[in-house]
Amino acid sequence: MTTTVQHPASGPSSPEPDERTGPPPAGTRRRAARFLARHRRVRLGLTLGAPLTWLLVIYVGALVALLMTSLFSLADDPTGLLTRLNTSLTLENYARLWNTAVYREVAQRTVVAAITVTVVDALLALPIAFYMAKVASPWGKRALVVAVTMPLWAGYLVKGYAWRAILDPGGGVLKEVFGSTPGFGSTSAIIVLCYLWFPYMVIPLFAGLERLPDSLLEASTDLGAKAGRTFWSVVMPQLLPALAAGSIFTFSLTLGDFYMNRIVGGTNEYIGNIVYRNFSADLPFSAAYAMVPVVIMVIYLLAIRRTGALEEL
Amino acid sequence: MRRQMWAALVLSAVLAVVTAGPAGASATATGKNEGKVSILAWPGYAENGSTAGYDWVTPFEKQTGCKASVKTFNTSDEAFQLFHTGQYDVVSASGDSALRSIVNGDTAPIDLKRVTNYADLAKFMKKQAWNSYKGKVYGVPHGWGANLLMWNKNAVTPAPTSWSVVFDKNSPYSGKITAPDNPIYIADAALYLSKTQPGLGIKNPYALDQKQFKAAVALLKQQKANIGEYWDSATKEQEAFTKASSVVGATWQYQANLVQQDTSAPPVETAIPQEGATAWSDNWFIQSNAKHPNCAYEWINWITSPQVQSQVAEYFGEAPANLKACTLTSDGGTHLGTPRAPGADATTSQCATYHAQDPAFYKQLSYWVTPTTKCLDGRTNVKCVAYKDWLSAWDEIKAS
Repeated sequence: MTTTVQHPASGPSSPEPDERTGPPPAGTRRRAARFLARHRRVRLGLTLGAPLTWLLVIYVGALVALLMTSLFSLADDPTGLLTRLNTSLTLENYARLWNTAVYREVAQRTVVAAITVTVVDALLALPIAFYMAKVASPWGKRALVVAVTMPLWAGYLVKGYAWRAILDPGGGVLKEVFGSTPGFGSTSAIIVLCYLWFPYMVIPLFAGLERLPDSLLEASTDLGAKAGRTFWSVVMPQLLPALAAGSIFTFSLTLGDFYMNRIVGGTNEYIGNIVYRNFSADLPFSAAYAMVPVVIMVIYLLAIRRTGALEEL
Repeated sequence: MRRQMWAALVLSAVLAVVTAGPAGASATATGKNEGKVSILAWPGYAENGSTAGYDWVTPFEKQTGCKASVKTFNTSDEAFQLFHTGQYDVVSASGDSALRSIVNGDTAPIDLKRVTNYADLAKFMKKQAWNSYKGKVYGVPHGWGANLLMWNKNAVTPAPTSWSVVFDKNSPYSGKITAPDNPIYIADAALYLSKTQPGLGIKNPYALDQKQFKAAVALLKQQKANIGEYWDSATKEQEAFTKASSVVGATWQYQANLVQQDTSAPPVETAIPQEGATAWSDNWFIQSNAKHPNCAYEWINWITSPQVQSQVAEYFGEAPANLKACTLTSDGGTHLGTPRAPGADATTSQCATYHAQDPAFYKQLSYWVTPTTKCLDGRTNVKCVAYKDWLSAWDEIKAS
């Protein structure tokens, strides 16, 4: 995709709004305008300064703070009651993570859950997105987009507790109507996470399929390809970037989720649950564990970049 | 060069945030009320009417002119961390966070002359390991109670008399057992083991050497297979019992009261099982850098007054510290329907139910304290497991 950048001062549509909207410009204003027109860098700085500062301080700053904190450690107070923050840098938190079986298991469990949610959502979203983009009438298409995105209007907790009422083994909807429920546990957590992040998979796939010209499908059929062959050889290659975009959402959102375990997960725990439990008593360790999903996401994004999917987004 | 400068800037900002602590000044200013007070409390201790019929914060505001903002917390770790921020003037802390806050310099010594009800508070609650330190008083007693066993009377028969109903591998209630999501719960397992496996030699459930600690952790890992859900807040347990997704487990009387008030909920009962129980003894502490120390004292005087003590004790389900409250509590807790406290019937008063005036009963319970490497039971030949390791053991239990 290419975009043309217009030079605001020299472009054909650079009116002098002051002459139309108000009294003749004051001298200082005119001087400021002239100054800005001549100094590109200042202009750029004024435009991008605020958002860039925001990005650096809030976004990168938070990550750097997280990284730094994860390199601190706690030392026992002489009383043995308290621990004091030791700000000399050490890798001991990471060593503890690596050497403790339970932290490795929980990280693994979280990644498996994120992959499961991504795969399930992709499988469910593909036919729906295909129907929305290629089959449904224009009216039906609009209705389906609204229907798919509607759950996003409700809050996370509202949806979580609604699902709790559905899954409750002590007399929830499933138990009362169908006589059986997965109860509170890892299965339920994954079901609800699949539901929660589903729109984030459907919408990119729908957009990707919309861009796919119908003529390609027709050509494929004309050349004798069956539905399966058309799907794998024509649709999929075009759809990969959209799938990658959707999977980034479902994967990362699941990787960072912990509260759904507290609502419907029973005794199930992900990385976030352990971070949450430890942050008040052992902040450096929590920070180190919180770096794990960050690192996994970086690896995931690099892997996707290698497929070339990011360039086509 | 520029990159180094950035790194230095970010680093120093991080350091400033993480190392900033209170200077340790003491809040003893006297004079006019500041018009505001910020209260950190266990759920149920500072009710402002959000539960209809229970409001002792609004009358406090009217009488003293101190506008109260109340923040509740769910665990002692949370209380310790929040109180350390210095944003709160007073906290209702249990023994397992109180001593940490005192040693950390977060609390100011109490000026007893300003605590008007101090003389009326139960003597056996004063000057304990969790409200005084090196001879100075830091905490004003609020109330106390045991961590009880609660069960759903429809689902659990016969009525359990032992903690084995939640710890036994073959418990018939597997999958519907609940337990607090709190590292200090390891002490409950240790207390059970002290009676069921005397060979381990556990004298104090908060003073565990490596071997004893491992046994308690192993018991909890075994228990985890039978747990349906852990509860990390009172409301979560209340809901689980109301919907009967949990039918038996450790509780405070507070949740039992809430479930009993709910007519749609199944009937529940609580008791102290034969092995005894862990317990809490809560005190009010003032922040060493309190911004509103005068209103903080006003609050402590209010919350420890007989009238308010009787209201809190009845609502929460605990023994009040102020024994004058005993003459005020309505018989049998008529406020709440029938009392379901241990051994209660409709004619016993709240104070009798909770043994509020009985020092011998008070002393037999095992109150939450912070475990330290120095064994709290006086043993000097072994090192005990400190709280930090209780915390990581809890990760191991919960995520196993």
